[in-house]
Amino acid sequence: MPTSTTDTATIQKVVFDSLETFGAEPTEIKLEATFESLDIDSLDIAELAQIIDEKFGVEIKSSDAEQIKTVGDVVDLVAARS
Amino acid sequence: MTVRPQDACALVTGGARGIGAAAARALAEDGWAVAILHRNSAAEADATVDAINEAGGNAIAVTADITDPAGCESAFTEAEERLGPVLCLVNNAGMRADGLAMSMGDEDWDAVIDTNLSAGFRLTRRALRAMVRSRFGRIVNIASVVGPRANAGQANYAASKAGLIGLTRTVAAEVARKNVTVNAVAPGFIETDMTADVPDAIKESVPARRAGTPDEVAACVRFLASDAAGYVTGTTLYVDGGLAA
Repeated sequence: MPTSTTDTATIQKVVFDSLETFGAEPTEIKLEATFESLDIDSLDIAELAQIIDEKFGVEIKSSDAEQIKTVGDVVDLVAARS
Repeated sequence: MTVRPQDACALVTGGARGIGAAAARALAEDGWAVAILHRNSAAEADATVDAINEAGGNAIAVTADITDPAGCESAFTEAEERLGPVLCLVNNAGMRADGLAMSMGDEDWDAVIDTNLSAGFRLTRRALRAMVRSRFGRIVNIASVVGPRANAGQANYAASKAGLIGLTRTVAAEVARKNVTVNAVAPGFIETDMTADVPDAIKESVPARRAGTPDEVAACVRFLASDAAGYVTGTTLYVDGGLAA
């Protein structure tokens, strides 16, 4: 259920687990890793946005895509909005 | 071969009669639980549901105006809640409002595009959520031989169906690697209420020299929705007695 005080560790776990499900190499998944380096494409990011919406009630729009380059960018964005 | 999850269902728009009802029956025979969407054909929808359930299947009827985005959403959610995730979507609901382009009103243009194309897009967008997450999905859009080929008096209908084929191909490319397939079936002259006013003489132009049946279209839908068709995506399967050949 969406909460208003989600800690960063929880967000990070959901994002990391999702990326692993999408096929990213677990040892490569780090906050500073770019999605491109993890071979995570726009469809994966759309799916990640859906998971984030369900878990944290945070909507990531296609207009946010430009500022999302790394795993940490997503974690920060969700933390700022949740 | 990817096998479909057993808790899933198929949703067929315009499923009360004609091609939609035949597709619903065929999918049920293949083991799909089926939600039949209809706008104002309750008696026919119930009859189709009863026929499926009496044959050992599992079907429900859901009332919705698919040209209303909120109606699409609520109908989709109802199907999910009652039958499980929608992992097969058949965008079949369609209408005609014929007239020459130079005298066609905006209302007739908009109504046909809304029903035949925009509703299909909205339901596709909604359905992809669960399909992508499930790594399994089957979308079958019922297009037409009209669209890829001309038919004077049907600019709106042809545009909607050609648009549906374009939608099919692009969405197929977008989601292929998630094991979601998107295909179109393009019927020619099929004996339904919608073609009841088509003169018999036109059917003479069909190489097969006869009209097709809804069951012949449904068989193609059933195949495209099956596990066996997992590598078929982005294509249009013509069911037209050779009309487009």
